[in-house]
Parts: sequence; structure tokens; C-alpha cells
Amino acid sequence: MKPLTDEQKTNTQTFQEPQLVETNPDFEVRSLDAICVNESHLQHKWYHNLKYIAAGMLLGIIFVKAEVISWFRIQEMFRLQSFHMYGIIGSAIAVGAFSVWLIKRFNIKTIYGETIEFHPKTFNKGQIIGGVLFGLGWAMTGACPGPLYAQIGTGATVIAITLLSAIAGTWVYGYFRDKLPH
Amino acid sequence: MVEWLSQPWAWYVTGPLIGLIVPLLLILGNKSFGISSSMRHICASCVPANVKFFKYDWKKEVWNLFFVGGIFLGALLATLFFPNPSAISVHPSLAEELAQYGITDFSNLVPRQLFSWKNLLTLKGFLMMIVGGFLVGFGARYAGGCTSGHSIMGLSTLQLPSLIATVCFLVGGFLMANFILPLILKL
Repeated sequence: MKPLTDEQKTNTQTFQEPQLVETNPDFEVRSLDAICVNESHLQHKWYHNLKYIAAGMLLGIIFVKAEVISWFRIQEMFRLQSFHMYGIIGSAIAVGAFSVWLIKRFNIKTIYGETIEFHPKTFNKGQIIGGVLFGLGWAMTGACPGPLYAQIGTGATVIAITLLSAIAGTWVYGYFRDKLPH
Repeated sequence: MVEWLSQPWAWYVTGPLIGLIVPLLLILGNKSFGISSSMRHICASCVPANVKFFKYDWKKEVWNLFFVGGIFLGALLATLFFPNPSAISVHPSLAEELAQYGITDFSNLVPRQLFSWKNLLTLKGFLMMIVGGFLVGFGARYAGGCTSGHSIMGLSTLQLPSLIATVCFLVGGFLMANFILPLILKL
């Protein structure tokens, strides 16, 4: 191939530039981070989201009554002094896995008649490095993200600062994401 | 009834109920159970600051913010209407260990002697509330999910990456609770 003239080079550059603009607006919401996402393709009015408040309330009540949000229970778990948290997480996984199996086996649809979708997650080093960092924070605060919201609800208002700090941590991760090993 | 609701509920009741949140969200609208994403959506909606990771259609994920709002409200209701009348039972060796650091108040799920506005600006409080919170947010996103997204949703769908993440959560937790936290509590 003939070497490009300067003019052609500029042309290619200007031509390519628009393609550098983010083509995937849902930047890896669904690849690296294929978790905790909305797989529904339907558009609904905002009030359809009210049912998720109800689901959240149910979980919030369980979190408090199971003492999942107790700093003491988390300390006992990591010191192997109590079976409580292991029992909860283990039985939750068992019921969750059985439900997912039922959904797949009988092709159960959503209440809107959509097929339920599952997306496999891919491995990356973040699950190890991020996982350990998360564990360190979990044992310190005695709360993972769900319990943070619930702890504020129990009247521990200062946990709002912990939550803000966790949001800041999320933001800092997003900012440095390209520079971190994955 | 209220009396029964007020005492702490056993793991074999609450664990399966938490597990049922997985099919509930799937059937209500094809939603994968996961809570830490809510913090990403908060970043995307409030301070995207042109960061690529926060440039996506967060409005499509707004259900997640309703869901975490519900968690807050549920906890509020449980505390207002079915409060546990007695102090939290704590394993004797944990109680003994905590007494060394002056933690003797077991009346709240979130120990008031550690997590309070007054302690926020002490070194111990700063480490436990602000640094701890930061690690939770940073680590969860770096790992691609938290206890709900990886340990419950991910393991329910038999994902190996979620198993790796869950093992690493436990490794971090063991290190902190047994080796680092005692040093922080001494401060």
C-alpha cells in the first residue's frame, strides 16, 4: 500500500473521530459488571417501580429482624463464633438456586409475560482484589451495601456518612477504572 | 403476634425469605437482585462528571433506587413497630473481647459506642465509618457486586466468578475482624 499523504492522514483522523465517541451508552453495565441490572426491555410508567419499594421494604424488615445488619453478628461470623450468618446466607443461596432452577425448568415468565433472562458473568482480577477490599470494609463497618440503607432506617443516622463514603468509593473506582488491573 | 414479631427471627426463617427475593425480582420485572449497583446509579445520576463508567442510561435502572429506598423504609418500620425489647445476645467471648475496648452497650444493632456523630471525627470513628464505607463502595464495584449480587444472586445462578468473589469477601473479612480491627478498636 502507498504511504498516506499528510492530507489523507488528517482525513482518516477526522473520519475516525466520530467513532471514538462512546458507542455503547450502557458502558459495560452488562459485560464486566453483568450483575444487579435490569434485563427488562419493556418501558413502563414510573409508578410501576412502586412494587420494588414493596420488595425492598420486605427485605428491610427481614434485615432488621434477622439481625443481618448487626455489627455484632458480622463480628461473630468472621470470628467463627456463630452459625447465624452462615445459615442465613447458605439457606438464601439454596432457596435462590432452587427458584432459578424452577424458573429455567418451567420457563416461568415475568408478570408482564417476558422471558426471564440470565447473563453469565466473566472472571476478572477485580473479583479478587475488589473482593478482599470489600471484605475488609464489611468487617469494619459491619455492613454491606444493603444493610447500610437499613442501618440508617433503624435510627443510626451517622451511617448516612458511611453510605456517602461508600458512594464516594464507587465514584473513585469509576474514575480510576481504566488504570486498575482487571 | 406483635410479641412474636418483636423477637429476633431465626436464620432458617430469614435465610429462605432473603432467597425468595431472587425470584420475586425476576418475576416482577426481570431484575437481578443486587444492591451495590444503586450506588453506581447514584453516582451516574448526581455526579457523572464525564466519567465513562457513569455514562449510561441510569433512568433505566431506577427500579434499583426504589428498591433500596424500600430497604430503608422497611428497616424503619421494623424498628418502630416490632422493636426487639431485650439487648442483643452476643457470644460470650466476643462480649469479653469488646469489653476490653470499652464496648459494653448491646442495646442497638449498630453499636452506639462506636458509630455516633460524636465519634465521626476521632481517628477510630474516621477509620471505621469513613474508610470502612469507602472500602465497601470501592471494593463492591471493583468486584462487580456485593453480598447480594455475587453471594446470593451470583451463587444462585451458579457463577464461578461469584464464588471467587464470595471467597475473597470472606478472606478480607477474616483479616479485618481478627487481625486489623483489634488494633483499630484499641485506638
